[in-house]
Amino acid sequence: MSRAAPVVELVDVTRSFPGPPEVRALKSVDLTIERGDYLSIVGPSGSGKSTLLNVLGLLDRPTVGEYRLDGVSTGELDEEQRAGLRARTIGFVFQAFHLLPRRTVLDNVLLATLYSGVPRVERMSRATAALERVGLGHRMGFLPTTLSGGERQRVAVARAVIASPQLILADEPTGNLDQHTSDEVMDLFEELNDDGLTLVVITHDAATADRAARSIRIADGRVSEP
Amino acid sequence: MRRPRFPRIGRRSTSPEPAAPPTPRADRFTVQDLLVEVSHGIGGHTGRLVMTTLGTVLGIGSLVVTIGFAQTAAGQLSRQFDAVAATQAVISPATTRSMNGTETPNARLPWDAPDRVERLAGVERAGLIGEVPIGEQQITAVPINDPSAPEVLSPTLLATSDGLLDAVRGTVVTGRYFDAGHETRGDRVAVLGARAAEKLGLNRVDSQPSIFIGERPYAVIGIVDEVQRRPDLLDSVIVPLATARADFGLVAAEELQVHIAPGAGALVAEQAPVALDPNAPENFDVEAPRSGSELQENVQADINVVFLVLGVIALLAGGLGIANVTLLSVSERTGEIGLRRALGATRRDIAAQFMVESVIIGLLGGLIGAAVGVFAVVAVALVQQWTPIIDLPMVFGAALLGALVGLGAGAFPARKAARIEPIAALRGGV
Repeated sequence: MSRAAPVVELVDVTRSFPGPPEVRALKSVDLTIERGDYLSIVGPSGSGKSTLLNVLGLLDRPTVGEYRLDGVSTGELDEEQRAGLRARTIGFVFQAFHLLPRRTVLDNVLLATLYSGVPRVERMSRATAALERVGLGHRMGFLPTTLSGGERQRVAVARAVIASPQLILADEPTGNLDQHTSDEVMDLFEELNDDGLTLVVITHDAATADRAARSIRIADGRVSEP
Repeated sequence: MRRPRFPRIGRRSTSPEPAAPPTPRADRFTVQDLLVEVSHGIGGHTGRLVMTTLGTVLGIGSLVVTIGFAQTAAGQLSRQFDAVAATQAVISPATTRSMNGTETPNARLPWDAPDRVERLAGVERAGLIGEVPIGEQQITAVPINDPSAPEVLSPTLLATSDGLLDAVRGTVVTGRYFDAGHETRGDRVAVLGARAAEKLGLNRVDSQPSIFIGERPYAVIGIVDEVQRRPDLLDSVIVPLATARADFGLVAAEELQVHIAPGAGALVAEQAPVALDPNAPENFDVEAPRSGSELQENVQADINVVFLVLGVIALLAGGLGIANVTLLSVSERTGEIGLRRALGATRRDIAAQFMVESVIIGLLGGLIGAAVGVFAVVAVALVQQWTPIIDLPMVFGAALLGALVGLGAGAFPARKAARIEPIAALRGGV
């Protein structure tokens, strides 16, 4: 059963961008993330953080090496299969929230159900439940532009979890938030992690990184685990 | 169809290493989802939408107006045309010009030609007519040989079948026209054209006057007037064909006058010669009105070209407008595209979204344009007191043409949207 398999398994992954000069953003990365892990990835800008995130999120392909996501070897999948796998397996949370400004909070959350194949009859109840879960049950009809930064990020979290992903990839989730709301959002993440969700937070903020049970550092394309 | 159940977090069950993951299809980005997303995409910018559709509205509108006016005008023209012209056909034997310049008919119209032709669809009434040569004989009201009287031009003698009066739509002023009975028996009866009657000094038939053709008396049973064809009938004395054959040795009728239903011209022209002589239909010439649609097409062709070209140019401009705005929309929504890709949208999903947006904008422009065009035609027709004639399929076709323009205009932006890399797109905000 895949329960035994790790959620993420990077084996000797290298990602290089053809030059000139050729840039190797990731160099022979081996990384295993077990189910239920809470992992933070820290590193300065230009260290390969974003490339790692893109590879993990199936938004980019490793040049060399193998990436197994949820027990599935992703190397041989075509774009469509990768999109399907991404939709069902990964929930993204971005620094800039990426909420559609003209759609209501509820619509924004429902957006994630469109591509992941959540049965239509379940969509509304799941979205409501997810928004209740992040404490925004009273904001469903609001436009994201009327919400505070913390609230927006919580909407993004609700959107990330609605399709029952195996993995949450958070890219600088607190980068646009003040200390107080950062803590709120991180508390929310940790609650989700306590429920068994695998969580990967990419950050350059040491305080945020330190909250994670496991933290890895990336520098110059190489991953090190202290 | 597989409808995978989505287990709660951490309880996913898949086989250890499937070659390819199952792709859920059941409720994944259905047409309904697509349309909802598209409607939000379009509805977002009302002002821009109006501007975008304007080109298509103008293009489709001018096309509909052009074609609508042409149709209305054609309808108006054919209304003004002699209504008789559209419903009258004349069949005569084909002639051959001989060496000495005289024209001799190749065939004779059969005596039962009216019966043969009246069986055809679209033929209302048919009648044979032929001039009867009477040589030196005079037609007079009294058989007096007055050597001192000046020689007057006597009326011509025509022989017709009983249906001819109806076929040329004449009216009986007094008395009656002869019928099939007179025809069969070869009765010596005559009907006078109004002017011939005047010349002969007859204006009543209730006293059963007679006229004399040569020495033979003929009972006058009626006077006719107001014929729509063969005005020579009015100057003539008319006798049944059988009578003319018996008394004057009439060999053949000259022509068959046929009253046809409107629009049946082409059909009758094709079928009548075969009905008259299946073995040699080419021996008959048919003068039949062209069908209404042909007429209309001709008139349209005259009016349309310039305006059609203008409409097409406007439509092209409209298409370019849509392409431009959709392109703008794609670059504005790069972040959204990246987000959707991250959420699992395929390139095809993205392309479909922008494609359908563009098609719907085009269709919207087409519908509005078609409506505006119809209103314009109706309004002008109303002012001019014409009957507006607009082909409904043409109107719907024009609206669909708008959608087609949208389709063409959306192709490039949709391709561009589909090619956006999510990584790059997610760098910017939504």
